[in-house]
Amino acid sequence: MSEPADLVVLEGVTKVFGDAPPALKDVSGTVRGGEITGLVGPDGAGKTTLIRLMTGLMEPTGGTLTVLGHDTRTDAAAIQSAIGYMPQRFGLYEDLTVGENMTLYADLRGLPQAEREAVFDELLTFTDLKRFTARRAGHLSGGMKQKLGLACALLRKPRLLLLDEPGVGVDPISRRDLWAMVEDLTREGIGVLWATAYLEEAEACDRVLLLNEGEALFAGPPAEMTGRVQGRVYRVEGIGARRTALAHLVDEAGVRDGVIQGEAIRLLLAEGAERPPLPDGARIEATRPRFEDAFVDRLGGGPGGHSAIAAAQDAFPDDDAAMIEADGLTKRFGDFTAAADISFKVPRGEIFGLLGPNGAGKSTTFKMLCGLLRPTSGTGRVAGIDLSRQAAQARGRLGYMAQKFSLYGDLSIQQNLDFFAGVYGLSGRRKRTRTGLMREIFDFDRHAGQPAKELPLGLKQRLALAAALMHEPEVLFLDEPTSGVDPITRREFWMHINALVEKGVTVLVTTHFMDEAEYCDRISLIYRGRSIALGSPDELKRRVASPDQPDPTMEDAFVALVKEADAEREEEAA
Amino acid sequence: MSLTRLLALILKELLAVMRDPKGRIVLIAPPVMQLLIFSTAATLEVRNVDVMVLDQDHGHWSEELTARIAGAPTVKRVLPADSPDMLRRAIEERSVIAGVWIGSDFTRRVTAGRPATVQVILDGRRSNASQILASYLGEIATRLSLETPLGTQITGQLITVEPRNWFNANLADKWFMVPNLIASIALLVGLIVTALSIARERELGTFDQLMVSPLRVHEILIGKVVPPMIIGLGHITLFILAALLIFHVPLRGSLGLLYGSAVFYLAAVVGIGLFISALSMTQQQAILGAFLFLVPAMLLSGFATPVENIPSWLQPLCDINPLRYFLVVVRGVFLKDIGVDEVIRQTIPIALIAAVALTAAAWLFRRRME
Repeated sequence: MSEPADLVVLEGVTKVFGDAPPALKDVSGTVRGGEITGLVGPDGAGKTTLIRLMTGLMEPTGGTLTVLGHDTRTDAAAIQSAIGYMPQRFGLYEDLTVGENMTLYADLRGLPQAEREAVFDELLTFTDLKRFTARRAGHLSGGMKQKLGLACALLRKPRLLLLDEPGVGVDPISRRDLWAMVEDLTREGIGVLWATAYLEEAEACDRVLLLNEGEALFAGPPAEMTGRVQGRVYRVEGIGARRTALAHLVDEAGVRDGVIQGEAIRLLLAEGAERPPLPDGARIEATRPRFEDAFVDRLGGGPGGHSAIAAAQDAFPDDDAAMIEADGLTKRFGDFTAAADISFKVPRGEIFGLLGPNGAGKSTTFKMLCGLLRPTSGTGRVAGIDLSRQAAQARGRLGYMAQKFSLYGDLSIQQNLDFFAGVYGLSGRRKRTRTGLMREIFDFDRHAGQPAKELPLGLKQRLALAAALMHEPEVLFLDEPTSGVDPITRREFWMHINALVEKGVTVLVTTHFMDEAEYCDRISLIYRGRSIALGSPDELKRRVASPDQPDPTMEDAFVALVKEADAEREEEAA
Repeated sequence: MSLTRLLALILKELLAVMRDPKGRIVLIAPPVMQLLIFSTAATLEVRNVDVMVLDQDHGHWSEELTARIAGAPTVKRVLPADSPDMLRRAIEERSVIAGVWIGSDFTRRVTAGRPATVQVILDGRRSNASQILASYLGEIATRLSLETPLGTQITGQLITVEPRNWFNANLADKWFMVPNLIASIALLVGLIVTALSIARERELGTFDQLMVSPLRVHEILIGKVVPPMIIGLGHITLFILAALLIFHVPLRGSLGLLYGSAVFYLAAVVGIGLFISALSMTQQQAILGAFLFLVPAMLLSGFATPVENIPSWLQPLCDINPLRYFLVVVRGVFLKDIGVDEVIRQTIPIALIAAVALTAAAWLFRRRME
């Protein structure tokens, strides 16, 4: 096969908005035909800006972009008619049916009447949406919406397909389907740019452009990136109390990074570093590096293991009291059952995860347990307090961190801290000590007067955590706490959580993020409103292990368990 | 109830409005605009109108009448018409608001001491201005008729009217308008600030954050009610100052009574705003909801047209409009020394409206939590 053509050439691309720091700084790279190029980076790294520059919707402040041989500054129209672009939220008309949406986009893209029937048929078959042609787009699941979006972007077969985070809000199964479809397209020579914040997706790409804070950290095949940390990644097993062990290990000289993976710890060592000393009985073995290891290495390694916030907190009594109890929790909205008969108990000092795709019912369950939703039946208890009777008392004992940044954006850091201190009844000296401590620990002083909405993403996340921890809660509710943040911020976040858990804080976390699930002691897998599996991450992985998949990942486990549940449902229906 | 929690909430609410650029606009732009527009441009008086005269008489008395119409301060120009047709067209095209048709025997009849008639044709599409103009023209005609031969004979026996305008001797428009604005601006700002407050938090996702805090529902409600009331009292104070210092409206009654009544009035306005806010999911819905209430509330308040003129089937709506009662209080305090009993009589319905609105808002707020 001949060398694939460069469909997009970026040379020193810079984009500046107003007075803000540049959204893109001197980015160079290529997108080739017949390949999937991953545009990888955390939220706010500049992915969407770069894609919009490629479409010619915006002009770069500096540098040049050549797309399909046209300069985006002068030939935007020529580019736009030859590419397919799927923005983050594809502009589907929710009140039109699948078929009507496609007809509308066919009109907009000027697809000749004569070709329509054949093209629609091919695309609907390809995306497996044929059965739903008459269904309104608003009633499709997240995954199906993305497939329909893809179908609309493919109406006039483009030479270049730009996909802005197609995997967001889509469960792993649909994401795998979507990926397979896109791979099919590359076989026809189409060049695909797949933007994503999921680092594990980067590994599957043919090449990667890694962005962080507007800078391209790497451009090339992902194996080249992971190759840089080859032989430096280890897996430590049998280490006992893994959270404390991790906190010590990452502070050892020569350890660049460490994360929890179920019962084990994953370590990244500095180049030429000796293996760190391990307690007796611990086994250490080299393991295959992942893209994230290389990314963290490139960023200079993960944070240390000392959490000042946990250190400043008194330990809660070391008992096995159930701090969070769900007892037959059920929530119906009309005839739709969002959560059915969900029961579990979380003892003190445990991290419990609710894992599941969007819309599966994990948020509903979560909301019932922190008092945001009243269950249709069943009871929820926090710190032994019945939420249906004494909700306010229970709420005084819990800290809550919402999925998207949900502090007061117009208020400064200090005003936000003061507000949360006040709302949790802190006053006088205690209020001053706690807010002062938060400012110091999270390094807020430099930004203290700035409106919170203007803070960088990582700092916003810290502020949200500070607000949730203001009153030293016994129970923490975290709703998708680190989706989209960079790996360093995520490690820092979990470092604090791990240390707090060691002090006896109990954590309930929802996530659709497999990495995050690994931090949990136990997980309940929520699917279609039911808990389909409950166990530690390692137990769940072991459950689906098979001869062809001896060492499944969390995502493999998730996919297998969901398919199993689907099969059971079909059996019941039959 | 914890004072610490409540204070934190109130302070946050005030800061959120002040620090949000859009919030600041809501606080500043409508008051300034209302002050400018209503106090200078929008006037209920009829001034600078053009009148057309079709004089088929061309006698002494018809010319005298035309001259007096032209001399009236209300009338800018008197345009002569050649034919009834021209008069009809001028009114149709709105180039004049009224036409005066003087028949060919006018002077003859007047000189002969017989009753004479002048026809006035008015543009009924502009009913208010027409009504006022008709009475002006009537007055001119009456005065003229006293000087006619017949008129001079009966002057001695005639009853004449000598009007005296109490409370606003010169019928100064601003004296009437500016106190009205005090009531209406508090309605506008109080309603919008409250309506946006919950909807904004819902949109930003901070609402859940509030709901998982140990704040109880009634604390959240108080925290949402107090700040807009503070802001509303601030606006009322500013407008009172503007009325006294810029527009020199006399203050004849007690400000204490005005503020006392204003607290209930603001509670009613904020209660309605909170109800709208609890009902809406987005800020856009909240704004639409606020205006859906605001426009009829203004029209059915006696702000521009007397409540008595509003058709009886709409009267029940006027009865539940807090602006209607508060307008009486504001005007009363400014233009006449309104008595305590009258203020209380007007404030009781306001307090009732406030109680119902706040209860309904709290009920809806709890219900929407499900």
